[in-house]
Amino acid sequence: MVRYFTRLRVRRIYKWGGRPYIFDRKLKSYGFEYLNMSVEGQEAVTTVTPGQYILIEGNDDEYPFVAKLLKFFGDESHKQKKALVQWFLRLSEVPQNKKLLLGRSPHPQEIFYYLGRACDNEINAESILGTVHVQHVPEDTPFPEPGTKDTLYVKLSWDTKAFNVLDPVLMQDTPASTPPKPALPLFPPCASPTATPVSRGPVRRALPTPDPTVMRRAGSVSDTRATMSAGKRSTLEAESIHSASKLSASKILSAKRRGSAADTPGVRKKLQLSIGASPGKKMTRADVLCELLDEEMESEKVISLKLSSSVSHSLQHGCSLSPMRSVCKTPNGQRRFPWKLSSISLDRLSPTALGEQDFSRATTPSRRKESAMAIREPALGVLAEEDSEDSPMQPIALTPRSKRKSAQLVSLRIRKQLNLLDNTQELISDGDDDCFVPSKKDLQSSSDEEKTVSEEETRGRNCKTSVRTPHKTPSKKVCMAVGGFCGACVICFYRNLLDNTQKLFSDGDDDCFVPSMKALQSSTDEEKSEEETVVRKTRGRNGKTSARTPCKTPSKKVTPSTPRHATPSIPSRTVPARQPGNILDEARARLHVSSVPESLPCREQEFQDIYNFVESKVMDGTGGCMYISGVPGTGKTATIHEVIRCLQHASDMDEIPTFRFIEINGMKMTDPHQAYVQILQKLTDQKVTADHAAALLEKRFSNPAPKKETTVLLVDELDLLWTRKQNVMYNLFDWPTRRHARLVVLTIANTMDLPERIMINRVASRLGLTRMSFQPYSFKQLQQIITSRLNKVKAFEEDALQLVSRKVAALSGDARRCLDICRRATEICEHSASHPSSTGLVRMSHVMEALDEMFSSSYITAIGCASLQEQLFLRAVIAEFRRLGLEEATFQQVFVQHRALSRVEGLQPISVSEGLAVCQRLGACRLLLLEASRLDMLQRVRLNVSQDDVLYALKAVRD
Amino acid sequence: MCTLSRQRKGSIHELVQMILRERFCHQRLPEKPVGMESQHKHLLELLRRTAVHGESNSVLIVGPRGSGKTMLLNCVLRELLEVKDVNKNVLPVHLNGLLQTDDRIALKEITRQLNLENVVGDKVFGSFAENLAFLLEALKKGDRSSSRPVLFILDEFDLFAHHKNQTLLYNLLDVSQSAQAPVAVIGLTCRLDVLELLEKRVKSRFSHRQIHLLSSLSFIQYLDNVRSQLSLPQDFPDTKFYDEWNDSIKTLCEDQSVVDVLQRHYNSSKDFRSLHLLLMLALSRVSASKPAIKPTDLLEASRVCMVDSKANILHGLSILELCLIIAMKHLNDIYEGEPFNFQMVHNEFKKFLQRKSHSIHNFDKPVVMKAFEHLQQLELIKSMDSSTAKIQKEYQLMKLLLDHSQIMEALQKYPQCPTDVKQWAMSAFG
Repeated sequence: MVRYFTRLRVRRIYKWGGRPYIFDRKLKSYGFEYLNMSVEGQEAVTTVTPGQYILIEGNDDEYPFVAKLLKFFGDESHKQKKALVQWFLRLSEVPQNKKLLLGRSPHPQEIFYYLGRACDNEINAESILGTVHVQHVPEDTPFPEPGTKDTLYVKLSWDTKAFNVLDPVLMQDTPASTPPKPALPLFPPCASPTATPVSRGPVRRALPTPDPTVMRRAGSVSDTRATMSAGKRSTLEAESIHSASKLSASKILSAKRRGSAADTPGVRKKLQLSIGASPGKKMTRADVLCELLDEEMESEKVISLKLSSSVSHSLQHGCSLSPMRSVCKTPNGQRRFPWKLSSISLDRLSPTALGEQDFSRATTPSRRKESAMAIREPALGVLAEEDSEDSPMQPIALTPRSKRKSAQLVSLRIRKQLNLLDNTQELISDGDDDCFVPSKKDLQSSSDEEKTVSEEETRGRNCKTSVRTPHKTPSKKVCMAVGGFCGACVICFYRNLLDNTQKLFSDGDDDCFVPSMKALQSSTDEEKSEEETVVRKTRGRNGKTSARTPCKTPSKKVTPSTPRHATPSIPSRTVPARQPGNILDEARARLHVSSVPESLPCREQEFQDIYNFVESKVMDGTGGCMYISGVPGTGKTATIHEVIRCLQHASDMDEIPTFRFIEINGMKMTDPHQAYVQILQKLTDQKVTADHAAALLEKRFSNPAPKKETTVLLVDELDLLWTRKQNVMYNLFDWPTRRHARLVVLTIANTMDLPERIMINRVASRLGLTRMSFQPYSFKQLQQIITSRLNKVKAFEEDALQLVSRKVAALSGDARRCLDICRRATEICEHSASHPSSTGLVRMSHVMEALDEMFSSSYITAIGCASLQEQLFLRAVIAEFRRLGLEEATFQQVFVQHRALSRVEGLQPISVSEGLAVCQRLGACRLLLLEASRLDMLQRVRLNVSQDDVLYALKAVRD
Repeated sequence: MCTLSRQRKGSIHELVQMILRERFCHQRLPEKPVGMESQHKHLLELLRRTAVHGESNSVLIVGPRGSGKTMLLNCVLRELLEVKDVNKNVLPVHLNGLLQTDDRIALKEITRQLNLENVVGDKVFGSFAENLAFLLEALKKGDRSSSRPVLFILDEFDLFAHHKNQTLLYNLLDVSQSAQAPVAVIGLTCRLDVLELLEKRVKSRFSHRQIHLLSSLSFIQYLDNVRSQLSLPQDFPDTKFYDEWNDSIKTLCEDQSVVDVLQRHYNSSKDFRSLHLLLMLALSRVSASKPAIKPTDLLEASRVCMVDSKANILHGLSILELCLIIAMKHLNDIYEGEPFNFQMVHNEFKKFLQRKSHSIHNFDKPVVMKAFEHLQQLELIKSMDSSTAKIQKEYQLMKLLLDHSQIMEALQKYPQCPTDVKQWAMSAFG
């Protein structure tokens, strides 16, 4: 329900109510009695008082946080509105790995009393969305089956480690908080009933005062809803009077109320209006029907669907006693009521109206179909009419006496059929398609009851109708059909209400329909709280209502879920990967950089520092930044992953609170702003644009969100997140400083002085001074790393390992390099294994060969392998450089030298084209650096190798 | 050998030409790469480990143009795919730095070649960022033992290093160094300094395996290669012709003039691509009446290959244009390669006309200008000023793009060149 609220994007206004009392002298904070919430642009005011259960705005629109309000307080200026709460937890908020502890499937409406201390129980009062029912269910009793969406059940408490049975004392410390609200409103009724979206919760509201102005204002959206609910209420009251045939004294009051509701001038007026309209026109029933149908076809083709929903509203409105919505949702016993009542009212009016009622039974289902369908209806209608004419018994049901009699029957029925409820509800909850099945059933059952008052023929007709209905109307419209079935006089009101309904739906789409339904629901909820004795039955009906509502809403939700988040994977292989065969294979697998070692040697100190840092932040629930630098391949990322692994383990062991780990990498995004998108996606699995993601994250990290776990964010390759304004970096380092963020940011980059070099002051300042530098590995450490990785797999000679580590430590200290060389050495060893002398161990010679391969410059070999002319050209280049005394010459100059040299060598001189080709080939290998080739002979030539290397290589060739 | 049977009806020399052309144009892989056995073994082993054991690897194949990098790789892939359990397991992805000029295009191409876009259904690929995240996610989901290994083949690897931030390389190499879907990143490049192009964090993730293809072929081996390249395959249908042809090739390769020509080519470049060009030209002279390659064919082909491109242009010039070029040559001699303008050339030319010329008439200045402009269009001379500078045509500074030797050679061969012009060209100073 909150979803609609946010969709509407209304602004809420919060005002303190009652007299402030001094709450804390020192802090100058004042307590307040209650809080008035209102939606901007609407008069409706919701009042929240301590002791109520409230919904608090959270990350999830659909499932806001739940808490019990303990106290309101604010400062002197009334600017800050704070509230103390006792949190409740939904199962979705319980950490994933702890959900299993529940040991049973949770009830969808189940919440848990939160006993942990990690959560701030002070909230901003302006994040309150509304109130909610919370009902305590004792441990051994099952959940009250058909619960409404608005009622939450609490059975257990959660203390961050385990679920415990909730001490009922905790729930009952304030009597006002028991779910059924006190019957009498605490505040004077407002001018307009507050059926605004805000008050969809069990909001205290004016009693259904029979206010003519309200009825008259039925045209506007909110008022229509109000009227609906008012209408509904009266139905309910009517029902209560019947159902509780063993009336308690308190019921008399509601009976009175019912009477007043039924006597509402508005209702009467409408009825009379319809009657007034009908006698003049209705010559024959068929005529009227056709006329009506035609008119409607013309005017309503476009908004037929809307009309169909509007029909329901108008129906309730007009008949005042037949809440069609509830008809299709509520147990059959109740469903019959409106039908009775409306027929009663009709009977009072005129016999023609009764006939028309029959029509409407038959025709309403098809009204929303094509006109062809509609044309068929009159025939049926005539048939029905004849039936009804043949049944003089029917009017009997209209006498006051029979009315009461039937009411008694009905109440009997209700009790009988309450048992049936479960079955039907199951059917309904199955989905849209099943929706009409129960209604059909209901129809039948209601027609069964019809039998008790009307004669056989009527029943036969009813049955026919009920059979027809599911066939002809889409399931969605079944309710309409039933509505038509019940409220016979509705048809007359169609035209009267057409304007209203159009107004009603002109601004909205289908969504409009749902909220109004919700409003209806909430009104029934309220009803429930007013009538203690009806509660049980009402809940039964509410269960229906809620079962119906999901039917509608999920269908809307399912459709957009296109495979947007589909992430494919590389297809899996047909033949499983072969496991390493011999020792060398095994060693190679262990030495691969990707293999995760059992432990990370040589980084104990760094590990401990980072561990302590993150652990303390997680424990305290605070935030912080850390900057880690070091050349590539020194184990920065690996160490952090190790730390996180250990912390996760600790949190699994319940040594520290749970936290979330998120990793982003500057290199793995195309644009620095993508960082927001990735963080958000990993946090909430939402996919939004960068700007929106930034806004959402800002909101997330700056607003106090209860029960938030600490987020540990690893930002790898931080330097890539640099932008001109540096706002990405700024935000990343600014969020941890927020009070409610609970964000720990670990950043990694290669250079030690990155903050000083590229960050502007305000960014560097926020990064703070928690820095750590990973030194390149020393040869001993490298040796230890290899040894620990090999883990007693004897594949290397000790000296060979030492050679590798010394060599790498001298060059870069990059562990990756070291492992790669070792891996290559095992390969070389394997190749030479055919030699009889080999022992199967990697020896010095193998390592030397691998080192040579990886570290030796290929230039000298390349020069040695070049063609004669290419070598000659290189010599010419050097000769020309020497002549010029510069390290640069044009091709033309070099070519002159080249020609002279080839004469000396006794070679046939080559043409200029060939010479250029030779030059280009050398340039492609980057032995020479050349200018763009369009300069032709004028392009300048430079050597990319030192002259000594060239001479050395050439000398080696000649020898 | 279906191609052979298809060709039955054609004459025998056409069949020969077809077989050999296929070979020279690199349309068919050789049975075995020549002169690179160790590299072949190394690469095959490496890729086999990826394919069979799911071990991630990265390797660079470095060698000058025409040294057979792609051929080696294709041979290895062919051999690898012949193995039964590898065949269905490997997903090769071919990328070329000249085609995938930025990471966005490269990512789309990878996704396409991996057939991943099917998984997303009809959703059109969104942003670059989505693409990257999508691919990384896909690779991350795999693991060593269950996912099919992906072979990323990056032709012109050095061009990928010029992409922004080297994002693609970083990510591919990072995958190859982490426990994700097994990948092998194979880079092909002719640049010896390719590692210096990589950013240090990218470089650290590269395994530093380089396979160098530097042919150290001796001339004898080169000759053998020529012979084997020209020889007909054993399964040639006409055995009589097969014997005749192969014998003629053998004698051809023993001919001294042919050996000289080949030696010259060998000195110039050792790679097979230029050799194939030469042999192709010779092959095209084979016809029904002349069913063998003669030494003269090879000599002629060599002459065509070695000819200087600019000398040919010079042959087509008019006497006036030639005179202007001689004037420029003299100016170059006088001013030691400093640039000149039209006015200087015109003066030099007029001096020649006044003093020495007997056969050349005086030309109007606009006519000379026209000739000068023609030379510029032929790119025999090149303007030294930037094109934006507004300088009168006559005074634009120019440079000659011809060598002395080229001019003299052209004069020698120029048909009916007036002797006074020749003498002027050979005289030391204008």
